Amino acid sequence: MSAVLKTQSAIHPGNRLYRSRKQVNFFLLAVSSLALAFGLFWLVWILGTLLYEGGSALARATLYYQMTPPPGADGGLANAIVGSLLMVTAGTLLGTPIGILAGTYLAEYGRRGWLAGATRFLNDVLLSAPSIVMGLFVYSVYVAKVGHFSAWAGAIALALLVIPVVVRTTDDMLKLVPNTLREATMALGCPAWKMILSVTYRAARTGILTGILLAVARISGETAPLLFTALNNQFWSTNLNAPMANLPVVIFQFAMSPYEDWHRLAWGGAALITLAVLVLNIIARALFRKSD
Amino acid sequence: MQTMEAASSTATARPAIHTTMRERQSADAALLSELRPKLRIKRLNFYYGGFHALKNVTMDIPERKVTAFIGPSGCGKSTLLRTFNRMYSLYPDQRAEGEILMDGENLVTTRQDVSLIRAKIGMVFQKPTPFPMSIYENIAFGVRLFESLSKREMDDRVEWALGRAAIWNEVKGKLSQSGQSLSGGQQQRLCIARCIAIKPEVLLLDEPCSALDPISTAKVEELIHELRTDYTVVIVTHNMQQAARVSDYTAYMYLGEMIEYDVTDTIFIKPKKTATEDYITGRFG
Repeated sequence: MSAVLKTQSAIHPGNRLYRSRKQVNFFLLAVSSLALAFGLFWLVWILGTLLYEGGSALARATLYYQMTPPPGADGGLANAIVGSLLMVTAGTLLGTPIGILAGTYLAEYGRRGWLAGATRFLNDVLLSAPSIVMGLFVYSVYVAKVGHFSAWAGAIALALLVIPVVVRTTDDMLKLVPNTLREATMALGCPAWKMILSVTYRAARTGILTGILLAVARISGETAPLLFTALNNQFWSTNLNAPMANLPVVIFQFAMSPYEDWHRLAWGGAALITLAVLVLNIIARALFRKSD
Repeated sequence: MQTMEAASSTATARPAIHTTMRERQSADAALLSELRPKLRIKRLNFYYGGFHALKNVTMDIPERKVTAFIGPSGCGKSTLLRTFNRMYSLYPDQRAEGEILMDGENLVTTRQDVSLIRAKIGMVFQKPTPFPMSIYENIAFGVRLFESLSKREMDDRVEWALGRAAIWNEVKGKLSQSGQSLSGGQQQRLCIARCIAIKPEVLLLDEPCSALDPISTAKVEELIHELRTDYTVVIVTHNMQQAARVSDYTAYMYLGEMIEYDVTDTIFIKPKKTATEDYITGRFG
């Protein structure tokens, strides 16, 4: 009894349990740091290569106002840049409202039945569906019926990619809004639709907007769904009912070609998309930081 | 028999206390049966799915008085409070049976829109719940649901409500700041202001001070005391001193049943049931 009492306290730096815990901590910290370095290494390499190879193309003003050239001639990507902007904008405008409304149903109204669960599951399937499937789907239900490729078809295919991303993030972000806030709003005699519009959307807006930006970033670089829908166009066109040039397909086409100057333009286009998405994200973050 | 004898012998042994108590009761605490009830609860049963949370609760909540619900955790006091404004209707697996009469209308079965009931019976929650908008908008939001006021009338209403909730002086210079930037105690008073801004008839307070420091608690308690001149206040509290300080009537609940309900002084000084006395004196469990 007294022997037990006389022994020293277990809490000292030489304690075996304490020391092994420190070793485990050191090991895990090292492993996770290595994983971080590994991930960053490729990212930095990709960005570095993009800027190194595409930098000279980006720096030339002709990139922004000349059309995609035939092999051997000088040119730029103006038609593809405008085509991409148009289709990404149209795809986002088509997909975002549907995505937000569906996500709102899942998080706010769909608590009482099987429908929300089933929809959520199908949406997750859609989220991970290969984008080429979306392109082929739009090809068969729209392009084949109408008889020609068009920018609208491209926008629809992109919208189909936007929807699941926005549904998922809207659903998740609305579910993060504490229920007490909903109860407090309802306790004032507020109808559910108004509570959603004025209180829960507002509480979740940063997350929902982040989801939309994620979707924009994703569709900006999608090639497969546009190959079968918007196709490509060598010339300037803003007619949404006609085939339209766009950066990903131009990059794809030019990069596969044997011509040196086309390669340079492809690198320039790739760097342009990457930088545009980066800048968009930075702007959005800056704006949200101010508004919060 | 024995307890009654014991009580009367104590009374005779200390006549001074006895008279003061009787004087106080006759002065400002009329017997429950003499008051006009605002809410009449009759044989109310409540279920969370298969769990029977309230068992045949019957009580009258007097008008323009403060009524406190006390009891150990899980005894059903918050559940009872949440039946008054039909909060439970938000959740499909919760249901109530019985009567909650307000102005002759049974709130449990009424065809009336629950939004109207909730506007008439305001509620303040345990955790402060400011909306993600400015302090001004926090108040104006609820008012706009039922009234279309001019800018000036709205300004007046916001000032009146914030003043009534004893927070006007602290926020008058920063009405456009986010309501969520306030401290916990200020947020809770903002929520009370938001609630009274729409001029309800009944105020339900669900442990409004449990997340507040003593100074904020004192402010809110003072406020509750003042509010009873215009509103019927029902407060759920874990803090028995708080119930004794702010309420006129106190109900002790245990395991979903209303054990004893009487004038607060009676409950705290000479409760009729030993179960109540055990809880009040801390001998419980």
